[in-house]
Amino acid sequence: MSASDDIFILGISMTKFGKHPDKDVVDLGSEAIMAALADAGVTMADIGVFAAGNLMGRGGIAQQLQKQVGQTGIPAYNVSNACATGATALRTAIMAVKAGETDMGLACGVEKLAGAGLLGAGGQAKSDGHEWERSGRYGAVAPVDGRIGTEAMPGVFAQVGMEYLHEHQYGGTAFELFAKISEKNHSHSTLNPLAAYSKEMPLEQIMNDIMIAYPNTRPMCSANCDGAAAAVVVSGEKLRTMSLEQQRRAIKVSASVLTSDPYQEACQVLPDVNTLTRNAAQTAYEQAGVGPEDLDLVELHDCFATAELVHYDNLMLCEPGGAVDFFESGAPWRDGKLPVNVSGGLQSKGHPISATGIANIWEVCQHVRGEGGPRQIEGAKVGLAHVIGLGSACGVHILEKSGLAA
Amino acid sequence: MLSGMSETVSQIPFVDYLVLDDGNPHLRAHECTTCGARYFDRRNACASCFGTDFTDVDVATEGIVRSFSIVTFAAPGVEVPFVAAVVDLDGTSAKGNIINCPPDPEHVKLGMKVRLATYSMGADDNGVEALNYGFEPA
Repeated sequence: MSASDDIFILGISMTKFGKHPDKDVVDLGSEAIMAALADAGVTMADIGVFAAGNLMGRGGIAQQLQKQVGQTGIPAYNVSNACATGATALRTAIMAVKAGETDMGLACGVEKLAGAGLLGAGGQAKSDGHEWERSGRYGAVAPVDGRIGTEAMPGVFAQVGMEYLHEHQYGGTAFELFAKISEKNHSHSTLNPLAAYSKEMPLEQIMNDIMIAYPNTRPMCSANCDGAAAAVVVSGEKLRTMSLEQQRRAIKVSASVLTSDPYQEACQVLPDVNTLTRNAAQTAYEQAGVGPEDLDLVELHDCFATAELVHYDNLMLCEPGGAVDFFESGAPWRDGKLPVNVSGGLQSKGHPISATGIANIWEVCQHVRGEGGPRQIEGAKVGLAHVIGLGSACGVHILEKSGLAA
Repeated sequence: MLSGMSETVSQIPFVDYLVLDDGNPHLRAHECTTCGARYFDRRNACASCFGTDFTDVDVATEGIVRSFSIVTFAAPGVEVPFVAAVVDLDGTSAKGNIINCPPDPEHVKLGMKVRLATYSMGADDNGVEALNYGFEPA
């Protein structure tokens, strides 16, 4: 691919994550879109393709948003890919631009999740008069959640982290290890004004909070909240016709990868979030021509403290099997060798599920642009954003300075 | 007639892949005849090799705990705390709750040996009792 075939992020935004009782998903999505367009210095008239995602709503979010921000008749894609929905919307816009169908695309992810309870858990056994009746693909006579393992996210991802400690023979206390990862992210969040929660949380406080699914206490779980994020992508050829300021601030999408979970023994028993992440990372590093050692920061999908650990390894930020050592070396702290989740991560920034896969890219862009404010990672040139949607989908994007009009 | 029914209370497995087998309960998997991948759900084809021919195989009843979580918040109707686990049954992974064991990290350990056991989920209006499986320390 020639340089002019490169794809760039021209503008990107995220709303404040948290509680927005006075705004609906259309308000939040519109806010993110208009901010991304303003950041890009373009209008809806310039956009040739639009992809949007919203998991908990009534469907058709793309057209609902167009009816507020601009109905220009362009193709609109409604995408749904679990917690990777935002990244999938972005990939959709990128693919259309790469295919040459248009030179500029828009993606948005938005969710209203404040006050939502356990995601994934479900089904009640009949309590009134009944006759056992089989249903579903296991022929179960009652819901299997809670009766044959757990389907609720905190317990599923707890098992993901514990499995890693089983496979790599950890001698310490699992609970404390994972709580320390959460301590890091809550500490990072204090510098992020857009985070849903930006309070420092000492280790003891995290460990003494309400246990949700051992070893994840409440602050070790991603925060259900409201929020939106949006991005404008542009072809390299088009970008070169734009202002020097637009060229300078544009972020090169060095890699944009989406994977699903390939078959592995046990993957239909406990979701395998490892292999597809490893595959996505491998492909992304090859596409970008960079290695993990070149990264200045990483935003990874810490939907639970137990998940962050395994992705150090899956994204090859450490030696195979070395995630615990990597963490204990202090590397992923913001002053460490390879800062991870300087936004505060999903545990404190929050996880409005469809917005997350663009918001993590927004965070990396802030640093690569040198616009990170008080939490700027000095001299950041290249960063990686990772997202997982259980079921599973994995998005990995590698982002770099445009190198144009410097 | 009613008294007759009460004398012949029958038992059924909680899921299709649990075989009660007269006191020798075990799990039964659908094994792909081409590649050997094993599944517990109803199959359309093999996710690993796309084959469509399966044979039923009995799965080992003893294994080790590969991972677990002690779940304290769950959907309404689910008793908490319970221990959700993934168990390696001699090369075939299965999920299930750890039962007959205190639900705390002092008693539930990664790598611990367990065996399949059954317990009652109660009876329906016809007196039919559903038996579920779990894994108990071995």
